[in-house]
Amino acid sequence: MTLKVRTVQDFISNGESPEILFWVGCASSFDQRAQKITRAIAKILNSCNVSFAVLGTEEVCNGDPAKRAGNEFLFQMQALMNIQTLNGYGITKIVTGCPHCFNTLKNEYPQLGGTYQVIHHSMLLQQLINEGKLKIQGGKFLGKKIVFHDPCYLGRGNDVYEAPRDVIKKLDAELFEAKRHKANALCCGAGGAQIFKESEPGNKEINVERTEEILESKPDYIAVGCPFCITMLSDGVKTLNKEDSVKVLDIAELIEKANDL
Amino acid sequence: MIQAIIFTVILAAGIYFFARNVGRIRRNILLGKPLDRNDQPAKRWKTMLRVAFGQSKMTVRPIPAFFHFIIYAGFLIINIEILEIMIDGVAGTHRVFSFLGSLYDFLIAGFEVLALLTIVACVVFLARRNILKLKRFWSREMTSWPRSDANIILFTEIVLMTLFLTMNASDQLLQLRGAEHYKVAGAFPVSSLITPLLEGMSTDGLIGLERFCWWGHIIGIIAFLNYLPYSKHFHIIMAFPNTYYSNLKPKGEFTNLESVTQEVKLMLDPSLPPPPPSDTPMRFGAKDVQDLTWKQLMDSYTCTECGRCTSVCPANITGKLLSPRKIMMDTRDRLAEVGSNIDKNGTFKDDGKTLLNDYIKPEELWACTTCNACTEACPVNIDPLSIIIDMRRFLVMEQSEAPAEWNGMFSKIENNQAPWQFSPADRFNWKNEE
Repeated sequence: MTLKVRTVQDFISNGESPEILFWVGCASSFDQRAQKITRAIAKILNSCNVSFAVLGTEEVCNGDPAKRAGNEFLFQMQALMNIQTLNGYGITKIVTGCPHCFNTLKNEYPQLGGTYQVIHHSMLLQQLINEGKLKIQGGKFLGKKIVFHDPCYLGRGNDVYEAPRDVIKKLDAELFEAKRHKANALCCGAGGAQIFKESEPGNKEINVERTEEILESKPDYIAVGCPFCITMLSDGVKTLNKEDSVKVLDIAELIEKANDL
Repeated sequence: MIQAIIFTVILAAGIYFFARNVGRIRRNILLGKPLDRNDQPAKRWKTMLRVAFGQSKMTVRPIPAFFHFIIYAGFLIINIEILEIMIDGVAGTHRVFSFLGSLYDFLIAGFEVLALLTIVACVVFLARRNILKLKRFWSREMTSWPRSDANIILFTEIVLMTLFLTMNASDQLLQLRGAEHYKVAGAFPVSSLITPLLEGMSTDGLIGLERFCWWGHIIGIIAFLNYLPYSKHFHIIMAFPNTYYSNLKPKGEFTNLESVTQEVKLMLDPSLPPPPPSDTPMRFGAKDVQDLTWKQLMDSYTCTECGRCTSVCPANITGKLLSPRKIMMDTRDRLAEVGSNIDKNGTFKDDGKTLLNDYIKPEELWACTTCNACTEACPVNIDPLSIIIDMRRFLVMEQSEAPAEWNGMFSKIENNQAPWQFSPADRFNWKNEE
């Protein structure tokens, strides 16, 4: 089945312009697991009749992994290419499916000539709920325990703690907090380009440490807001042999499930 | 009279040496690269009041926060007493503020209570370090000097407070006996508990004890002041400017290197005019302390080695070499070394050493997830992460020494615009599959 998703190019050639650009990101475009989140976000936006567009094949890596790894050259190459594309289309509002893209576009692009109003998809979902455009049927999650894992670049990086929690609260589930949460949350281990290499010698993997802590509250679902956290925590759950009792889902997937999208 | 002269000389010498050392530290900090942190003064004052004055970030851990607050309050308030001691010392008076009457009684009583609480807090802290041996005080970088430094500070504070209370106890007895110069002034709720022990002493003996404690207390304070610039305890001063000059941007935002922007713009558009040649060779990232900004260097002098950063660092928790506290301690140690080099040679003479490699190993730098747990945890807004990134930049851009897997990731971004091996043409395929 093909989703109804239009590119900016398509909007422009029809003499229209989208309300908001959905910046998908590399992981969410290519990684099979993360693609499901991307589809969930697109379905939700469609169900709320949000006029959104994607760059499609014109999008290139925003440069976050290169920058955090220390390759500022490569980062700025990517950034300037993207800014050229975005400015060329006159984009003003962007929603990202990934906290890393969110952080980079929002904070690091303005100085290079790309100033947009950038939000993470949890913030858009919260807005849609507040505006009454997104109504969530909570029944499916009644009595279920959900723990939210704060992505570093959403939480500490940009002080967004409540938007994803507000969304989860609409599911009629019980929202639990991990021992370390919000500003004190523990990283999943992927950031700073760690996901692209083996970790340095140590006595444990960070994702296992984090997953163990989250599982202490015996949740039915681990909710996340980042494709890298999805990978790391799913791996952690697999390592700990808990795949049957707990699912790792993005908040967009929770809504997709609740509303049967 | 002679006492007043001796006191004035000691006080002047103490202030002179302290000022000289602070001047050196200031010069060391200014070896760093320029950075504008003078914007938004209102927000900066507020941050300083909240974080340094109000200790807001200490509260995350309530037990040390409570005892730390006692010592901090003791430090601030007992300074009023030190002012009196200094005036008495220089002018040869005794309890010069006693004209304040009942307010003076109230103040002295308050100082005594704080002094006792400070002793209790120091004993608790010594126990946490040496008996309970809390992990963050015994990790790898906490070698013998950093551990001794902490113990010296706590022990000195106990001695100073004990001298102060004993001084008051003997003074109180002398007042009761109507000894010359010892006018009746002050209330002594805590030192009254010591007076019974001293009652058997002769009046001359008491005067001797009172003078000994008075001198010991004030000379101890002057000596302690001069110990600060050599110690982690310098944070009691640096916490204030350091929080004023905090990073006010979102933590996730990293600096964009402007030197790189120029080159990248030239690469994308070769028709642009090249930038004017500069006299100093350009270096991307940081190899040594001079490559860091003055704020990063100020951070290193502010660090009191509490280890909150390291205890929340995901890399450190899982046994990796990286410790954000060690990054700060190494930066300060290297900066102090560069500073003594300058003191000795007039200007910096190459000593064949650098912060990178001789102090901080690449393995430490690679392990960082850039999660900002360290910057969040720091009670005085120190930013070890920015130093880690600047050193990564040097290794990656100047030395091409990134881990092999990262080099692979870089070339994939360059070649197919994603950090993995996928064709750019497939980027929009997510909409098809189900």
